[in-house]
Amino acid sequence: MITPDALGYLRETPSQTAGPYVHIGLIPRQAGFDIFENNLGEAAFDPTAEGERIRIEGRILDGAGALVRDALVEIWQADASGRYPAQGMNDPSGRGWARTGTDFETGLWSFETIKPGRVPGRRGHGRMAPHINLWIVARGINTGLSTRLYFADEEAANAEDPVLGIVEQPERRRTLVARREVRDDRPCYVLDIRLQGEGETVFFDI
Amino acid sequence: MNPAHEFVARDRAQHPPAVTPIYKTSVLRGPHRPLISLQNSQSEVTGPAFGNSALGPLDNDLILNHAKTGEPIGERVIVHGRVLDGSARPVGGVLVEFWQANAGGRYRHRNDSYVAPIDPNFGGCGRTITDADGRYHFRTVKPGPYPYRNRVNDWRPAHIHFSVFGSGFAQRLITQMYFEGDPLIRHDSILATVPDGAARDRLVARLDLDASVPLDTLAYRWDIVLRGSRSTLFENRLQGN
Repeated sequence: MITPDALGYLRETPSQTAGPYVHIGLIPRQAGFDIFENNLGEAAFDPTAEGERIRIEGRILDGAGALVRDALVEIWQADASGRYPAQGMNDPSGRGWARTGTDFETGLWSFETIKPGRVPGRRGHGRMAPHINLWIVARGINTGLSTRLYFADEEAANAEDPVLGIVEQPERRRTLVARREVRDDRPCYVLDIRLQGEGETVFFDI
Repeated sequence: MNPAHEFVARDRAQHPPAVTPIYKTSVLRGPHRPLISLQNSQSEVTGPAFGNSALGPLDNDLILNHAKTGEPIGERVIVHGRVLDGSARPVGGVLVEFWQANAGGRYRHRNDSYVAPIDPNFGGCGRTITDADGRYHFRTVKPGPYPYRNRVNDWRPAHIHFSVFGSGFAQRLITQMYFEGDPLIRHDSILATVPDGAARDRLVARLDLDASVPLDTLAYRWDIVLRGSRSTLFENRLQGN
């Protein structure tokens, strides 16, 4: 039962793992069936949205280096001008949000999206470097993991990013920076996520 | 809710730690390094919005949304409740999604090979958007318990998975709802990952006879609490950006 504390506040509902069948609820086609007319989260932006088209992709590895093939990844990002789609509005360019599952065979996740612009930091901070917010859930992950994807070709902006700046060890900052490749003349940014152990990805308590 | 408000820090004591050996899969999938705490920026206080127009008319009716030759077999139940924030304010207009096994504990998923059969008339997923009072409801069949490979004889209690969006991406939450009185609850390795007994109890829905439909469908009530936002009485650091 939910009871307020002495100041009238309520405690947050505890998290539980999304389990191995998270696809049924959130991406039913990957579970193997079609049920909704409108599948949510297939693309963060519409084809008409302005900005540079990019692909981001990666794998998720556990503490033994094995592929995590049953994870769900969500992204939340600003548009090319550094603005988040407004809450409660039908933004014609898209929601800025999408989700996908890691592939059951290859363990790869990927999104076709646009490269975000720089977003203002907190007051007293400079602008943040272009980044995409990631949220990862899976069997064995008790509480969703929050991290960020930054871009290797934004070296100057990354160097002054206020969030990268609070990661004390410089080598840990590199776990958030996706390397750039060009495939079929299109930029592709690759970021592997290591849940645990050597090269462990930085996760945030946001 | 004004998206310029930042959220109060998540009370991690209400949540399972990352590594919980009783739930074996977490041992290699939980980070060992501490999380790095971020004060909120726009990236955390904003989040995606969903309108009712994105959903279909049967999306919150699991009895009908995959019915092919008839209705699914099982105990007909309504699940309803409110989504509130930490200040007990209703969270309206947010997307709530749910998924579950069928009455026999079998999931409609290519990776589930449990011996209990698929129900041809049951999909097992749905979604809805909370009304202005933060209320949600859906109709389904009560899921059956489900065995899984953890300890050799581990069975999940009957449960429904929930995914909830708030106004900010920092409120994003996935959890599970259990049913009052289920004796498997006290043996469950996954519910046991939540360290606090009162917190575990908040995941248990109560039988709600007042909301049931006589001669038709029982009801359970379960309220969900998302993180609250700060009352910025003397400052609002996010404004003026």
